[in-house]
Amino acid sequence: MPIISVRDLVVEYDGRKVLNGLNLDIEHGETMVLLGGSGSGKSTLLRQIIGLERPKSGSVHVKGTDITRCSHSELKAILRSIGVAFQSAALFNSLTVEENVALPLREHTRIAPSIIELVVWMKLAVVGLADFGKLLPQELSGGMKKRAAVARALALSPEILVLDEPSAGLDPIVAAELDELILLLKDTWQMTVIVVTHELPSAFRIADRIAMLYQGSFSSIGTKDEIKASQNPRVRQFLDRIPENLVQTPAVKTYFEKYMQSEEANR
Amino acid sequence: MANLLENVGEKTIEHLDYVGSLNIQWWATLRAMAQALPFVGNRYRWQATVRQTLEIGVDALPMVSLMAVCSGFILAMQGASELRRFGAIHYVIELVSVGFTRELGPLLTAIAVSGRSGSAFAAEIGTMKVTEELDSLRVMALEPIEFVLAPKYLAALISVPCLSVVSNVFGILAGGLFMFFSTRLSLPLYMHYVFTAINLRDVITGLIKSVVFATIIAHVGCLEGFRVHGGPDAVGRSTTSAVVKSTFLVIVADAVFTAIFYFTVKP
Repeated sequence: MPIISVRDLVVEYDGRKVLNGLNLDIEHGETMVLLGGSGSGKSTLLRQIIGLERPKSGSVHVKGTDITRCSHSELKAILRSIGVAFQSAALFNSLTVEENVALPLREHTRIAPSIIELVVWMKLAVVGLADFGKLLPQELSGGMKKRAAVARALALSPEILVLDEPSAGLDPIVAAELDELILLLKDTWQMTVIVVTHELPSAFRIADRIAMLYQGSFSSIGTKDEIKASQNPRVRQFLDRIPENLVQTPAVKTYFEKYMQSEEANR
Repeated sequence: MANLLENVGEKTIEHLDYVGSLNIQWWATLRAMAQALPFVGNRYRWQATVRQTLEIGVDALPMVSLMAVCSGFILAMQGASELRRFGAIHYVIELVSVGFTRELGPLLTAIAVSGRSGSAFAAEIGTMKVTEELDSLRVMALEPIEFVLAPKYLAALISVPCLSVVSNVFGILAGGLFMFFSTRLSLPLYMHYVFTAINLRDVITGLIKSVVFATIIAHVGCLEGFRVHGGPDAVGRSTTSAVVKSTFLVIVADAVFTAIFYFTVKP
């Protein structure tokens, strides 16, 4: 039985369809990468999976519970088994890194403060930030913020780890470090990991399977090798980096040629 | 004509939606308030309440005191310039003491708090929304209403009436200072006349107004923050909107409550 099951998911914003009847199963312990261009609907799908928004129709079952129709308390119980690291890291700026990681433990457990301190140190050590716990988020670099967000997502040792654009805006070395961290987490704790990204090297490094989104629909779902070998034009366009609006290039060129000619004539 | 009706209808629905949202938020906050109380509530929420009380109340003391002193002087001088013509300058004491306890103390305080704290609430929550911090609270199974709003509301309920009392004291003392310089009336005698002029009902009606003003300022400020859509420019607009709307609603509420007390409470 899949740990996450999306069925006929339709999402609309102001009458505009953003997700168009999606179906997706994510198995326990699998790393699923949601790949797609800007505006393809991957972050919207992610927000549905973590229960931040309700769809127009369809269902999202997480650990057997339909989170689109469950009660508020059921959703809260499900959310405790999901750790989320947002694209912007979303760390609380008024709290130190340590306090950020300690927050879910303080709020949802009755663990003694000294033990929480130890757990926080361990989580920060896993992401390589053990010596930076006393700093405020604004004192960290972009890569460190993302790792701190991962540490906070790991605080309650969730079954499912969700990462929204973990390597966006990072240099290739830091992005590669994050990829290795994701692989380490998966191998160590057998977590189910869902990663939203449009970074191809990162996707092919960490994924067990890749779901490719295009304009609110899956254009292809498969293993890394299946996606690499896919002849689907949308997948090929994305993998081979073919621009969408090629047809406009000659038109722009013609416009500039005419403009230059008229300028020369005026002189 | 059809366009006019359409615009009026649209604006009416917008305003009703706003008032409805304020009511829903108020009820949700009342339900969450127990968590922000000392001893029975969540320790971290109560600590946040204390921090907010210091920010809303203690930090505003110099500003509120100075505003009250200036307004006390102005009221006494304006009153004296007219009453002197009828040989009734001693009525300045009643004018200042009753005017401040019933009306000016709570109103001046509300305007000061609206400008200082109402805008700060909108900016803080709006920034949290833009940086996905509110979303990260939700996915950690924490309620933003309980986590962010309840401590602010409780702090406002404590601070605003206390500041109103301080404002009353400073306004009345300013009147005393004026009477000393203009008529050589000693301060102990002035205070004796003040206590004769005001009664408990005046103080209580002023405090009831303060509680209502605190509710308006906290909820309008927070709702404007929660309604932010977009980027940093939207946060800027929300802070302006919070101050404008809360000041307007405070004055409307003041008029309503003054009318209620005038027509229902017998002297």
